[in-house]
Amino acid sequence: MKAIVNISLKAGVLDSQGKAVHHALDALKFDGVDDVRIGKQIVLELSQTDKEKALEEVTQMCESLLANTVIEDYEIELIS
Amino acid sequence: MKNVKVGIVQFPGTNCDYDTQYAFEKLGCETKLIWHKETAVDDGTDLLVIAGGFSYGDYLRSGAIARFSPIMDAVGRYAKNGGKVLGICNGFQVLTESHLLPGALKRNEHLHFLSKHHHLKVVANNNTFLQKMQSGEVVNIPIAHHDGNYFIDPESLKELYNNDQVLLHYCDENGNISNPNGSVDAIAGICNMEKNVFGLMPHPERAMEAVLGSDDGLKMLEGFLG
Repeated sequence: MKAIVNISLKAGVLDSQGKAVHHALDALKFDGVDDVRIGKQIVLELSQTDKEKALEEVTQMCESLLANTVIEDYEIELIS
Repeated sequence: MKNVKVGIVQFPGTNCDYDTQYAFEKLGCETKLIWHKETAVDDGTDLLVIAGGFSYGDYLRSGAIARFSPIMDAVGRYAKNGGKVLGICNGFQVLTESHLLPGALKRNEHLHFLSKHHHLKVVANNNTFLQKMQSGEVVNIPIAHHDGNYFIDPESLKELYNNDQVLLHYCDENGNISNPNGSVDAIAGICNMEKNVFGLMPHPERAMEAVLGSDDGLKMLEGFLG
């Protein structure tokens, strides 16, 4: 099973990189971009075949290491 | 005077370990480098320093992987028993990632790596670290970081101030607030509620010789001599 973890700064935490990219898009005349947020994606290949157990394990991974929940949110997508 | 024993933790990628050793030996302390695979802190250690650098290449987040090195369990136990811990730069990041200090260090607001001298103003001095400095005193100390943008939510920030946990603000030479990296309230250093775990982004261990730009680090670190 594959787990795709998307990590981004929490709403309300200033995303300086997103802001810089937003400025660059403006400079390139890409109008109509209201906001840019930059995150990271971590792809895990899991030996676990039980979806519920996999979700539980990946959630623990996010809480302990993959995300810093003081400033980041995470989303987990499982693909079997 | 009692011989102060300082342990200095080294991770793969730590690069301020020897500067830190130089600084504390200059102050007359006995020092010992502690490799991150060690699982215990020597009895009689008066201060543990998590030195600066780029532990594990700053992969994932600065300090995130170092936090799970074997020595960190011992550091946690040492701190819980009231032992004094000082995290400098990457060490500060490791301590926030370990939840031994509140908040988190984000990428600098303007995204640049900063490496220069910067002035700092002492906020709270009713703690071991800054006990020999005056509140409002200004020192000139180098900074060198990419992820030094201190973040904490507004409610926890209030608690930090109420409990005198804010140690240092970034300022200019006249003591006026000057924020190089976007930190909440221009905070450069904090301590925990119990006031035995300290973290700061600037490098006092790099300000030990006037001929190299500043020796203001001496009076900062002297607090640990008791």
